[in-house]
Amino acid sequence: MSDADDGPEQPVAATPPEELAETQDSGTERAARETPPSIPLRVRNLRKRFGGITAVDGASFEVEAGSVTGLIGPNGAGKSTTFNCITGVHEPDGGAVYFDGEEITGLSPPEIANRGLVRTFQIARELEEMSVLENMMLAPPHQRGEKLVNAVTPGLRDDVIEQEIELREAVWETLELFEIDHLAEEYAGNLSGGQRKLLELARALMADPEMLLLDEPFAGVNPTLEEKLLDRIHDLTEQGYTFLLVEHDMDLIMQNCEHVIVMHQGNVLASGTPAEIRDDERVVEAYLGGEV
Amino acid sequence: MSLGDRAWAAVPAYFKANDVRLVAGLLLGTYVLYGVSSAFLAAVNNASMANAVINEIASITFLIAVYALLALALNLHWGYTGLFNIGIAGFMAVGVYAMSILAASPTASPPGLGLPVPVAVVGALLITAVVGGLAALPALQLDADYLAIVTVGLSEIIRLVLNASYFAGTVTDPEASGYNVVDVFGITFGTGGGQGISTPSSGPARAIYETETGLTPIGEVVYGAADAAGVGTSVVTDGTYALVLLLGFVTAYYVLLSRIGNSPFGRVLKAIREDELVARSLGKDTRLFKIKVFMVGCALMGLGGILWQGSYGYVNPNTFRPIVTFYIFTALIVGGAGSNTGSVVGGAVFAAFLLEGPRQVAGLVTAVSQLLFGSLPSAPNFYAAMVSLDPLTWLGYLVDSVAYLKFVFLGAVLVYLMQNRPDGIMGHRKETAASVDLSDRTVRGNGGESDE
Amino acid sequence: MVLSDTYSDARRTLVERPAVVLLGLVIGYLLVDLAAKLAGTTVDVAGVQLLGGSTAVSQVARYVLDGLIVGLVIGLAGVGLSMTYSILSFANFAHGDYITTGAFSGWFAAYLVAFVTLNVDAPFGNVFLVNAPSLVSVVNAPLAVLIGLVASGVLTVAVVLFLDRIVYKPMRDKGGIPLLIASIGVALALRYAIVFVFGTGTRGVTETGSIPSVDIPVVDGYVPLNAHEVTLIVAAVSLMFGVHFLLQRTKLGKAMRAMADNKDLAQVTGIPTERVVRTTWIIGGGLAGIAGFLIVLERGTLNYNIGWRLLLLIFSGVILGGIGSVYGAIGGGIVIGIASRLSLVWIPSDFARVVAFAVMILVLLYRPSGLFGGVKTA
Repeated sequence: MSDADDGPEQPVAATPPEELAETQDSGTERAARETPPSIPLRVRNLRKRFGGITAVDGASFEVEAGSVTGLIGPNGAGKSTTFNCITGVHEPDGGAVYFDGEEITGLSPPEIANRGLVRTFQIARELEEMSVLENMMLAPPHQRGEKLVNAVTPGLRDDVIEQEIELREAVWETLELFEIDHLAEEYAGNLSGGQRKLLELARALMADPEMLLLDEPFAGVNPTLEEKLLDRIHDLTEQGYTFLLVEHDMDLIMQNCEHVIVMHQGNVLASGTPAEIRDDERVVEAYLGGEV
Repeated sequence: MSLGDRAWAAVPAYFKANDVRLVAGLLLGTYVLYGVSSAFLAAVNNASMANAVINEIASITFLIAVYALLALALNLHWGYTGLFNIGIAGFMAVGVYAMSILAASPTASPPGLGLPVPVAVVGALLITAVVGGLAALPALQLDADYLAIVTVGLSEIIRLVLNASYFAGTVTDPEASGYNVVDVFGITFGTGGGQGISTPSSGPARAIYETETGLTPIGEVVYGAADAAGVGTSVVTDGTYALVLLLGFVTAYYVLLSRIGNSPFGRVLKAIREDELVARSLGKDTRLFKIKVFMVGCALMGLGGILWQGSYGYVNPNTFRPIVTFYIFTALIVGGAGSNTGSVVGGAVFAAFLLEGPRQVAGLVTAVSQLLFGSLPSAPNFYAAMVSLDPLTWLGYLVDSVAYLKFVFLGAVLVYLMQNRPDGIMGHRKETAASVDLSDRTVRGNGGESDE
Repeated sequence: MVLSDTYSDARRTLVERPAVVLLGLVIGYLLVDLAAKLAGTTVDVAGVQLLGGSTAVSQVARYVLDGLIVGLVIGLAGVGLSMTYSILSFANFAHGDYITTGAFSGWFAAYLVAFVTLNVDAPFGNVFLVNAPSLVSVVNAPLAVLIGLVASGVLTVAVVLFLDRIVYKPMRDKGGIPLLIASIGVALALRYAIVFVFGTGTRGVTETGSIPSVDIPVVDGYVPLNAHEVTLIVAAVSLMFGVHFLLQRTKLGKAMRAMADNKDLAQVTGIPTERVVRTTWIIGGGLAGIAGFLIVLERGTLNYNIGWRLLLLIFSGVILGGIGSVYGAIGGGIVIGIASRLSLVWIPSDFARVVAFAVMILVLLYRPSGLFGGVKTA
């Protein structure tokens, strides 16, 4: 937990990122150089096709450090596919993703996660037949006992146990922070939908991230837990974490994000502060036209 | 409440409180049943009772031990990691054959490498691990049912290759037309083909009692005592070997696999079983874990094969048909995939009751009928039994066919378990994958010693 | 954009191509080699024989015909395996024993008929157990063969539906693996129930002495083809056309095809109706049973392992053709059959099945949608 604090510190002035001209293709090197540390995530011209369907068609956007950025759009706008391309679940057909100034396009999910970009899933994917504690203990990166030889060799196992005791304490602290410590012994599969979302966020936090990508974190969550979840997100933002949320619920995004990106038909339609987005006619149109 | 639940509920709490107690109780119960039954059979047949009882217990202990070993190894793949490997027989074959070829004399037919047996065993485990590592490559990208087909196909490929006369090494003269010795960089060897191959040792425990010239001091005492009790020396050596397997190797497997399971490594395995994408999204390179698990599990399967099929002095490829794999799977499913104690319990229940039980029951039925009606009439085939319209002849045919009916029974048990109790006897237990008690929040102190 | 496109394309080529390219090279080499062998020429480089040799054209033709015959049986049986795999979402390891069921039930019926129509001097008990040696041929007892063919289908369907009712139906929603394991249980129980009645012995069932056979002339020799092989080919091909007609022309067939072709669609439309499932079992089980009857007609011998030994080959064919595709199963089966026989040009017969299994594993690894995957069957 405490390790995570040395993530990015300051959010920088909320200048909306310039739209990237599609024609100007400066190549990997320059793009990487141009990405300032205050912009941990930069997506450029991302494209992804499934068979004949183009799910993402040249999406470009940026996320500022220490902010909560919302990614919205009608059904089928390509939000989840974008997410999956960023986190390595899908390999994009074109375009590039930069994290902390380095290109991460096409890296595998574990490589991306180990760089500090950790995600959650739309339908909370709990490890159902593992207890909440096991779920939490899984997440910390580079555990000594993940090496087989350390896990079984008598002398080396003592170091593993020592580290496990430290992690156990961190896990309990995080569970208390998220107020799910009373569920610690439960199988994750027995948790309610909202509790799972809390667990998933808590678990992602244990993975020592710099930035968190949350895929519809509020779907199916009751208002009380939703409030709790939002509080945690705001606390964490203040500690320096960066968030990118995919959300369906427009109001939620408008009220809680500093910056909003609207996707439509695989493309970024608009990007700006909630106020700017609200006044954007194209957005209104997309939402009305999109939800047929 | 299903039959399985009721059976489990009937087990006294005393045994359920502690795993050692549970396994010991199960073994004790099995021994009592088999002891009484074989004593009765010996009495009916006027045979030596001590010899019969010890022989029966030794043979059932052996089977329990080998099925427990292999179920434990499989539990690492299927129970922990969710890798549906149904190529176990193939990996056992690789272990046994690698050991036999490494240890066989270069002048034997088929020729081998002539290494000392311990070196051959270690070499065989390394070879099995490498083959396992190669078999893991499909596991990196395939769904469980595709992996099942790939692994069973691989195990058949291994068996067919071992069975082929092309590599048999039975014709060692390079000038001869049927020359079939494998020659790799000047090292020559053969598999024996369909005729099979000699393994280095038959009755490995004999070395404790016998030397090449006579008996060891222990041998003099034990053989003497056995002789006085009317127990044959082969029963003594078989029994000793079975005991070594059960107390030595099963315990060692159990400890090793518990350590693997109760560690951060085991936690990642469990996560792969539950949802691999989650594990990957949390930064775990699951492919590495899968390869390691395949290598270790396959080596353990190879060793299981060596300790089992390698102990008869002779083996042939048809020993390693897929049915062996299904036996081991059934043992694990009966006990409860995911639990190491369940694997041992499953091995014991499977060997004692599903595999050997029907034969024992048939023996008892024959003996009882003998007492009641004289010997049972024996029908040469189903038709003759059917048209005899005689219930005793039907019974006789049933008893004679018990070797086949056993499979029908096994199949029915598998279906029953899948429909009603897919978790097996002990699969419902919570076994936490961590090296420490996670509920215990003591930061320092004696928490560090809670190893198992 | 262009740059990164090229980049990712290059990556994909590196990852996916080598194996495909290598496989293509190997197949290409084998074909050239085969051509050279047939022409009787050799190509030597620095004293090493690169390719060629000498193989009689008629020998290769025999391999192809043998392979076609085995392939038709594999394809016929594969139709059911492929359909149940995609509609019920599990690999049915009992499918091989459905073939055995068909072989035994069909020949049981054929023998009963033959006992009546032929002048058999064997005791009835032997006939009942299909143990009277080498009794029936299409010439001496065509009616027995015809009734056996029908009975193999009908009785197998009855067994298959019964097993579905007591085993699979209660666990429709349990997922692929429990169903797969249960099907292994079914396979064992069914096989050894057959053994309980008929025993483990291998028996010769067809009378081969008097059946007509033609020698088809080929360039440098001839390929023999007998009446039983012709019967198998005609029956198998007609049944395949029958299935084709059923799937294309009937409403139920169209629904089944849609489900088998497109699993997602099946999921969208909800759990497949019991009616579709039942029809699937009827078609698949019936074809498997008839396939068992036909392979015995051609081989002349029958034992309890016949279906189990074919099962992995059938899986190979189904996977090669793409799971869910009926035509893929047929095509894949024929390819596997011919490939396993044709492989004898290069390798000892001990390895014919090894080749088939290796092809299956390679296809699963590099083209899990099957060779014909992506080609719509409609």
